[in-house]
Amino acid sequence: MIPELGQFVLILALCVALVQGTLPLAGAHYGRREWMLLARPCAQVLFLLLAAAFAALTWTFYTNDFSVQYVAAHSNNQLPTLYRFGAVWGGHEGSLLLWVLMLAGWTVAVAQFSRTLDETMVARVIGVLGLVTVGLLLFVLFTSNPFDRLLPAAENGRDLNPLLQDPGLIFHPPMLYMGYVGFAVAFAFAIAALLSGRLDAAWARWSRPWTTAAWAFLTLGIALGSWWAYYELGWGGWWFWDPVENASFLPWLLGTALLHSLAVTEKRGSFKSWTVLLAIGAFSMSLLGTFLVRSGVLTSVHAFATDPQRGVFILALLAAVVGTSLALFAWRAPKVALGGSFALVSRESLMLVGNVLLVVACAAVLLGTLYPLLIDALNLGKISVGPPYFNLVFGAIMAPVLFLMAAVPLARWKHADLKDIALRMWIPGVLALVAGGLVPALMGGWTVLTGGGVALAVWIAASGVIQIARRLKAGLPPASFWGMHLGHFGIAVFLFGVTMVGGFQEEQDVRMEPGDTVKVGGYQFKMIGVSDVPGPNYSASRGVFEVSRSSGPVHLLHPEKRNYFSSTMPMTEAAIDAGFTRDIYVSLGEPLEGKAWAVRVYFKPFVDWIWGGCVFMALGGFMAMLDRRYRLKVKADAADAVLANGAAA
Amino acid sequence: MNAKTLIPLALFAVLVGFLAVGLGLDPREVPSPLLNKPAPAFRIAQLEQPDAQFSPEDMKGKVWLFNVWASWCVACRQEHPVLMDFARAKVAPLIGLDYKDQRKDALGVLKRTGNPYDITVFDADGRVGIDYGVYGVPESYVIDKAGVIRYKHIGPITAEAMRDTIIPLINELKKS
Repeated sequence: MIPELGQFVLILALCVALVQGTLPLAGAHYGRREWMLLARPCAQVLFLLLAAAFAALTWTFYTNDFSVQYVAAHSNNQLPTLYRFGAVWGGHEGSLLLWVLMLAGWTVAVAQFSRTLDETMVARVIGVLGLVTVGLLLFVLFTSNPFDRLLPAAENGRDLNPLLQDPGLIFHPPMLYMGYVGFAVAFAFAIAALLSGRLDAAWARWSRPWTTAAWAFLTLGIALGSWWAYYELGWGGWWFWDPVENASFLPWLLGTALLHSLAVTEKRGSFKSWTVLLAIGAFSMSLLGTFLVRSGVLTSVHAFATDPQRGVFILALLAAVVGTSLALFAWRAPKVALGGSFALVSRESLMLVGNVLLVVACAAVLLGTLYPLLIDALNLGKISVGPPYFNLVFGAIMAPVLFLMAAVPLARWKHADLKDIALRMWIPGVLALVAGGLVPALMGGWTVLTGGGVALAVWIAASGVIQIARRLKAGLPPASFWGMHLGHFGIAVFLFGVTMVGGFQEEQDVRMEPGDTVKVGGYQFKMIGVSDVPGPNYSASRGVFEVSRSSGPVHLLHPEKRNYFSSTMPMTEAAIDAGFTRDIYVSLGEPLEGKAWAVRVYFKPFVDWIWGGCVFMALGGFMAMLDRRYRLKVKADAADAVLANGAAA
Repeated sequence: MNAKTLIPLALFAVLVGFLAVGLGLDPREVPSPLLNKPAPAFRIAQLEQPDAQFSPEDMKGKVWLFNVWASWCVACRQEHPVLMDFARAKVAPLIGLDYKDQRKDALGVLKRTGNPYDITVFDADGRVGIDYGVYGVPESYVIDKAGVIRYKHIGPITAEAMRDTIIPLINELKKS
C-alpha cells in the first residue's frame, strides 16, 4: 500500500511541477500577475509531495518490503537498520529521487529567501526550476521508478553493495547532490536573466550566494567521496580520475570559474555573456555527469545498474535542457551591453585569464573522460585513459591558475600596476622560494614537482596573510572577504597535502607471517596475527599489527578482510592511524599459505591536509554567502527594479 | 544572433552526437579471452544428485548451452522463462552451473519455478565460475561439439537474443 501511495504522490508531483514550469513563465511573459504568483505555492507543494514520496520509499526500506524491486535489489534481512536508510539512495532509482527532492528543496529555498526580489524574476527562476523538475520526474516515472513491484516478492533482498555499507554512504551522496542540484539555481537565474534581457549587476548579486552555496556543498561532497574511497577501497589513493569522479569534478571546475566570473559581473558589470555561459555550463556538467554515470557509456568503479533506455532518456533530457539554453544564449547574448572597460593588466583581465584556464582544465578532463567513448564511437578500438594523462595535463593547466590566484586580490579593478603588485608580493615570493627549496630537501629529496608544489602552497598562504594584514588597517572587512581568503587558504592546504603525499609517501607490499616486521616511513610494523571475528552480516578476518617508532609509544592497528554473506567479493577495511602530519595505513590483501597474508603498508605524510583543505574551501564558501550585502542591497535593487518595471509598463 | 554566440551550441551538438553513438556501444564488451578456446575442464558434483558428477568431457560430440545461475540472482528470474522455452523446444542440451549457492535454496527455486536444465552442477565455492571468467550472474556459453566455447552471453538472455543469436548459432554448429 505505502509503495502505491508513494507512486501516486510522485504522479501528483509531476502534475504540480508541470504547472510550476509553465504558468509562472507564461505569466512573466504576458504580464499576468496572478499566474506569476502561482510560482511560490507550487514550489512549496511540490517539495511536500516529493518529501512524502521519499518518506514512502524510506518506510519501504525500513520495513524491508521485498515485493518492491528496488528494495529487493538493495537491501537484505541482515542489513543493519542504519544502512537501510542509507540504502534508500544506494542505487539508481532512489538516488534519482533524492536528486529531485533536493531540487525541490533548493526551489523552496529560493521561493523563501527571495521575498525582496522582483516578482517577475522570481516567477521565471521558479518556472525554469519547475521545467527541470518535470524532466527529472518524467525520467523517474518512466524509466527508473523506485516503487515498481516485484511479483512474486523475493524472500530476501540481494543486499546493499558491501562497498556502500559504510557511514560514507550516509553523507557523501546527499552532499554531492546538494552541490550538483544547487547549480540548477544558478542556471535558472541565468535563464531568467536571458529571458528578461536584464543581465546586470543585480542579477549577478542575486545568483552569487546560491552559486557559492552549491559550490561549497559540491566541494564537501567530492572531498567526502575522496576520503571514503581512501579508507574503504583499501588502495590507499585519494583520487583515481575515474569517470564518475571526473563527472563530479567537471561541474566543480566550471562552478569555480562561475563564482569568480560572477564577482566581476557584480562589481564591474563585465563578462556578462561569459558568466551566463558558465552558469549554463556548470549545470550542464551536472546533467552530463548524471548521464555518464547512469547510462553505462563508460566503465567505472561506480557501477550503477545501467539500462540503454535510461541512457536515451537522459541524453534527450540533456539535449533538451542544454540545447534550448544554448540556443537562447545564441539568440539573446548579442544584445547584452558591454560592461565597464578594463586595461590589459587589471583585476578583470587577471580574473579572465584564471577563468579561461579553469574552463580549459575542465575541457581537458572532459576530453580525457570521454576519449575512450570517442575512439570507440569512431570505431578505432577500445582504450582507456589513465592518471598519467590527467596528472600531466591538469597539473600543467592549473599551475598558472594557482600562481595567479595569490596575486589577483591585490590587483586594482580597471587598471592595475604590475610593479605595485610585485612590490607587495616580494615577501610571499621569498618565503615561497625558501620553503620550496628547503621543505622537500628536508623531507628527503627535492624534485621539480615537490619544490614547485610547496612553493605554490606557501605563496598562496603567505600572500593571503599579507593581504589580510593590509586590509585590517582599513577596518574590519566584510564576511565575503574572509570567505575568499579562507577558501584560498584551503587551496594552499590542499596543495601542500597533495604535494607531500605525491612526493613522499612510502608503500610496502609484503608477505607477512605472525611475528614478521616491516619498516616503512620510520615506523616499524609487527604482525601479531589474524583471527576470525563475526559481524552483523559478514564474517571478518581481523589482523592485529603493532606499530612503533624507535622512541614513541606502541599502538595497535586492526585491518579487516570482510566476507559479506550476500556478496562474492571480499571487502577490505583498512586500518588507519590518522595524524596531523601523517597517516599510517595497513590493509590486508589475500591470505597466503599457512598463517601468512599479503599485507599492504603505507606511510602517507600530510594526507589529511587534502580533505582539510577542502573543508576550508567549503567553509570559505559558506562564510562568503553570509555577507550582509546580499541581504541589504538586494532590497534596494528590488525597489529599483519595481520602479523600472512600472515605468516600462 | 551572430555566429560567435552559436559556437557553444555547435560544440554541444557534436558532443551529443558522440554520446548518442556511445549509447549503442558497450564498454564492458571486452571480447572474452575464452572465445574459441576449449571450455575449461572440471568434474564436480551435480546439484540434484550429489553422488553423480558432471564434466564437459561428457558432452563431447554435442552442441550445448552452459548457463551460470544462482538462487540469489534476481536477474536470473528474468531469463528463466526464456530458458524454459528453450528447454521445451529441445534445441540443445542445457546445463546449469549453480554458482556460489546453497543446495537447499537452489533446489527450492527449481521446484517452485520449474527446471529447464538437463543437468545442473553445483559450484558451491565458485571455483568453476572463476575458470570460466564469470564476473556477473547470469552468464551463458555456447559450446560446440569439440568442446570449444563459441559464444559468451553476459547478463540475462532476452527472448530476442535467444531467437536471433543463440538458437541460430546452435543450429549452425550442429550442422558442422
